[in-house]
Amino acid sequence: MQHKYFPHTSEDLRQMLEVIGVNSLDELYAEVPEELKLHRELDIPGAQSELEVRRTVGRLAADVKPLVCFAGAGAYDHYQPSVVPYITARSEFSTSYTPYQAEISQGTLQYIFEYQSLMAELTGMDISNASMYDGATATAEAMMMCVHSARKKNVVVVSQTFAEEVLRVVRTYAHFHGVDLVEVPAKNGLTDLEAVKERLGAGDVAGVIVAQPNRNGLIEDFAGLADACHAVKALFVVNTVASALGALRTPGEWGADIACGDAQSLGFPLSYGGPYCGYLCVKREHVRKMPGRLVGATVDADGKRCFVLTMQAREQHIRREKATSNICTAQGIMCLYVALYLSLMGNKGLREVNEQSYAKAHYLCDALVRTGKAERVYDAPFLNEFLLRIADRDAFFRRALEAGLLPGVKVGDDQLLIAVTEKRTREEMDALVQLLK
Amino acid sequence: MNNTYYSKLIFELSQPGRTGYSLPKNDVEGYCLCQLPEALSRQQEADLPECDELTVVRHYTNSSNNNFGVDTGFYPLGSCTMKYNPKLNEELAALPAFTGTHPLQPAETVQGLLALYDDVQRILSEVTGLSRFTLNPFAGAHGELTGLMTIRAYHERRGDVLRTKVLVPDSAHGTNPASAAVCGLEVVEVKSLADGTVDVDDLKEKLKACEGRVAAMMMTNPNTLGIFERRIPEIAALVHEAGGLMYYDGANLNAILGVCRPGDMGFDVMHINLHKTFSTPHGGGGPGSGPIGVRRGLEQYLPNPQVVQQADGTYTIQSDDEALGSVSAFLGNYGIVVRAYAYLLSLGRENIAMAGKLAVLNANYIKEQLKAYYKLPIDGLCKHEFVFDGMREEYGGDHHDEDAVKTLDVAKRLLDYGFHAPTIYFPLLFHEALMIEPTETESKETLDGFIEVMKKIAEEAKADRQLLKTAPHHTPVRRLDDVLAVKAAQFAFKDLT
Repeated sequence: MQHKYFPHTSEDLRQMLEVIGVNSLDELYAEVPEELKLHRELDIPGAQSELEVRRTVGRLAADVKPLVCFAGAGAYDHYQPSVVPYITARSEFSTSYTPYQAEISQGTLQYIFEYQSLMAELTGMDISNASMYDGATATAEAMMMCVHSARKKNVVVVSQTFAEEVLRVVRTYAHFHGVDLVEVPAKNGLTDLEAVKERLGAGDVAGVIVAQPNRNGLIEDFAGLADACHAVKALFVVNTVASALGALRTPGEWGADIACGDAQSLGFPLSYGGPYCGYLCVKREHVRKMPGRLVGATVDADGKRCFVLTMQAREQHIRREKATSNICTAQGIMCLYVALYLSLMGNKGLREVNEQSYAKAHYLCDALVRTGKAERVYDAPFLNEFLLRIADRDAFFRRALEAGLLPGVKVGDDQLLIAVTEKRTREEMDALVQLLK
Repeated sequence: MNNTYYSKLIFELSQPGRTGYSLPKNDVEGYCLCQLPEALSRQQEADLPECDELTVVRHYTNSSNNNFGVDTGFYPLGSCTMKYNPKLNEELAALPAFTGTHPLQPAETVQGLLALYDDVQRILSEVTGLSRFTLNPFAGAHGELTGLMTIRAYHERRGDVLRTKVLVPDSAHGTNPASAAVCGLEVVEVKSLADGTVDVDDLKEKLKACEGRVAAMMMTNPNTLGIFERRIPEIAALVHEAGGLMYYDGANLNAILGVCRPGDMGFDVMHINLHKTFSTPHGGGGPGSGPIGVRRGLEQYLPNPQVVQQADGTYTIQSDDEALGSVSAFLGNYGIVVRAYAYLLSLGRENIAMAGKLAVLNANYIKEQLKAYYKLPIDGLCKHEFVFDGMREEYGGDHHDEDAVKTLDVAKRLLDYGFHAPTIYFPLLFHEALMIEPTETESKETLDGFIEVMKKIAEEAKADRQLLKTAPHHTPVRRLDDVLAVKAAQFAFKDLT
């Protein structure tokens, strides 16, 4: 039975069983009714040595085709500085628990405080929590927060300009939480501001949720929307791709009460969809209704500045069914990914990421359109993601896969949503254009 | 861990003009962000740090030295299963196929990823005696919520819409009632007996009072006191008879691995915390993973997207209209699933049951040696964890004396000796709860060291109460002012005065 993860020698076992006063390990389960016991080995794969596990997992990894990524739709292939995986792998960070014992957890508490500071700065909001699971669940939590903040109002309006992946999650939470979710169809690929305002006027609206850039990659103009929400005491929620905040008008600047979204675009690996990191930021007056953990500054007995989990009266372990959310900790160390990325990039780096992504996306869009086989579906401004209608799209998609390129994400029968980041080279883009000619 | 406090924030190291990244020169010309309309562009520049690479590396390295982790020392943290996080898992999760793949890459190009997902799904089903798992939920609490959604979907699809009551024992994890509330369900608390198990008579009364309205009962077994609920078959039968489903909170699954299974106990739906039972790192509070499993007949309600194996052996990703909906944009925290897979393969069928048995052995070993010093409210064999109700009176423990040595003081003094504290003040059944869970990866020497220190702390309490009241003394920072944190309400660097 000797295994590298089990330290017990047979002499240890003998001594320990003696202290407890039982004769065997099985006797430790004496009170478990016999008819509930399994009485056989589990039918799962046999134990593998380290070399064998490497081989088994390596074989599965080999059955994945590596592709140059022009896909986005919520997950973006940005540059990650080498320092990020190096530092986040430090086991002082990765093997620690939630920082309840603040005296031996200042490392974790410090980076979460930095994360909160950075996200508040990036979104133009007052306060960030210590992360949510992902952008979709952060948006669903924001929706529930709207209803909890309102008195007896149960309608939340969401623009259908959201990515379908996010909308599906928001719908699910709305259904089970008893939120009356009103979806406003898009107009020309953008939020139908008039329809949203009309619904606000009809009463009972607790909140309005919009996306930036939206599902079609378009940059939305929310001028006047915050005022329209506030006039009827509804909260205004803006979901934004995090890295785009280096270039675009922020939720704070749009007058949002809540900013939410996914921080993956801040240099996280694509990781087949996770782990990412949802973010949720609020104006100061909403802090008590906010879900999730929060780190605050304080002092210790010697007066030293330090950090601690705070405002826990909102949370499940104190408030149980009356908590603002069931969420405990969320994405922990992914906050460190954000803190490291933004510390290394700074404003200049984030600006350059957006400059290059913008330039390359527009270069590729123009080049694809010039072939005569593609056209833009909507003509509003975009940052680094755009929707094209493409003649014989599926054949083009197949050719691209064969050439080692993931040309985008299919939308409907003949459209393709294409995202370009600073990582893409002119050579890769020209290769994609060549395949459409 | 370094006991010298490193107190700087990255903002305080920033110098205008420094930079910590490098990008290739832009190779396309003629396009500029300045072409975007002014009104859509960021109005005020973000105030981000400006640092060179070494400054950033030193800052976080020094900061990490103020942190305690499983690799640093022993975590006797009840209900958290702080087992060793194998390094092989990390190595494999870092393979480019796992880190570099876009979640919407076509299924035919990611067959290896889907096969791994399905393999884990199948292994978890066998381990728990259930029919099928989804690995999409991001965490334990998220799994609970998804599990309750599954249960509600089941009732709704049958037109049984009045079932909104969830029975929860008073010893349950705080997430249970909170998840029920988020799912639009109402919590009905069931009492515990003096031995910490569910009061079946009280359960019967509650079931009767909620006739026709019971959606589910949520339980963990062993429960949060580390006691195995022997009457579970009877409880399950009662709840099923009342039309409800049984939900298993998998937080304590480690104790029974390979010995008995939730599916065989009568549970219908459950979640697993991969970051507890299956060795993935806690990461200072995430990312975790909270797969949920269901018994036969409930598979169709599991959330979308779903990984499905075809008749020809290949895998697809599907969405099912019967499903409860979606709880994640993609397939959850996939990177965490890879780590759990490596662990499951490393243990295999030959060793998996030993994990639970050794964890139970370790817990009982500590309990037996410390019960002369700390109050043990429930005697007898425990499973993976147990609860003390503070220090015994002869060593200075006293619930009625404000100035007596409290559980908090014991916890803080433990930090001085290089151990993490146990879970404290939970479960709520005991005023001075001190909940200890050692896990199987801790050696006898480590346990003996912990036991010695716990005894020493009891002696200290008797000799010099103030020493404990002012602990810790040897950590990077001393006891923190929690009240000031709430009052000052400083949550960002810009708030600091």
